[in-house]
Amino acid sequence: MIDIAWSQFTPGAALTGGLLIGLAAASFLLLNGRIAGISGILGSLLVPARRDILWRVAFLAGLVGTPSLWLLFSELPPIQVDAGYPALIVAGLLVGIGTRYGSGCTSGHGVCGLSRLSPRSLVATLSFMATGFLTVFVIRHLMGV
Amino acid sequence: MMKYSVTSLLAGLIFGLGLMVSGMANPEKVLGFLDIAGLWDPSLAFVMGGAIIVGLVAFAVARRRTLSFLGFTMKMPANNRIEPRLVIGSMMFGIGWGIAGFCPGPALVALGAGEIKAVVFVASMVAGMMAFEVIERIKRPSLGDTRGYQKN
Repeated sequence: MIDIAWSQFTPGAALTGGLLIGLAAASFLLLNGRIAGISGILGSLLVPARRDILWRVAFLAGLVGTPSLWLLFSELPPIQVDAGYPALIVAGLLVGIGTRYGSGCTSGHGVCGLSRLSPRSLVATLSFMATGFLTVFVIRHLMGV
Repeated sequence: MMKYSVTSLLAGLIFGLGLMVSGMANPEKVLGFLDIAGLWDPSLAFVMGGAIIVGLVAFAVARRRTLSFLGFTMKMPANNRIEPRLVIGSMMFGIGWGIAGFCPGPALVALGAGEIKAVVFVASMVAGMMAFEVIERIKRPSLGDTRGYQKN
């Protein structure tokens, strides 16, 4: 029933990138003793009078700075965003509120939580995967966008 | 605290590198995974799989420790409850993820690549996170700055 997009499927790069993400989460955990949850690291910066500002900014600077470092060695890989601006604004608001309300995103719940065998993170991951699949189905196949 | 921030920066860089190598900084590729009824690109499952293989080992090691290898306290999520807000919040997140193909990490990497649409997405995401803080503060004014801490 499922048609695989063989021309887009990149198992080697995906696995390699995944191992690197795992390495990042593992070093953050074993060196700093924390869960590498990106929505939490960013969201907690937005609360006034919070301590722990420097390391949070450092982690986010690493993420944002990756493409600049990448450019020293190679061309940037393609980034294709089909969503229009109104859709991006709605999506951003939903991701912002939703990840904070649900205490995590793909990194905190999806990667770290599942690695920690946390039932809570499994429920969260199944929830955002389910609505993610459903949303794309509605947009692409029911609305035909 | 300097050491802590340097390792944070390195972790952020390696994380970003992983997102770029895997193609996950590209929303089109993420949506290719979420579009199971169209031509399906299973790559994202391999990214999660690769990350979790390493993560399982790391958390197995971490579970036996009270201090990190640099001597910092291990801060693990204390909340084990599966509450409505966990499910509702995650479902909202999934809808946004499905609309744009961005989740927080890849959006920050794409922003760093100078993608203007990622700038708009991240600005909206930050606005959403701030709205959450405002709503929480109105609902529970006494919680101050301990809320949102050490949770996953």
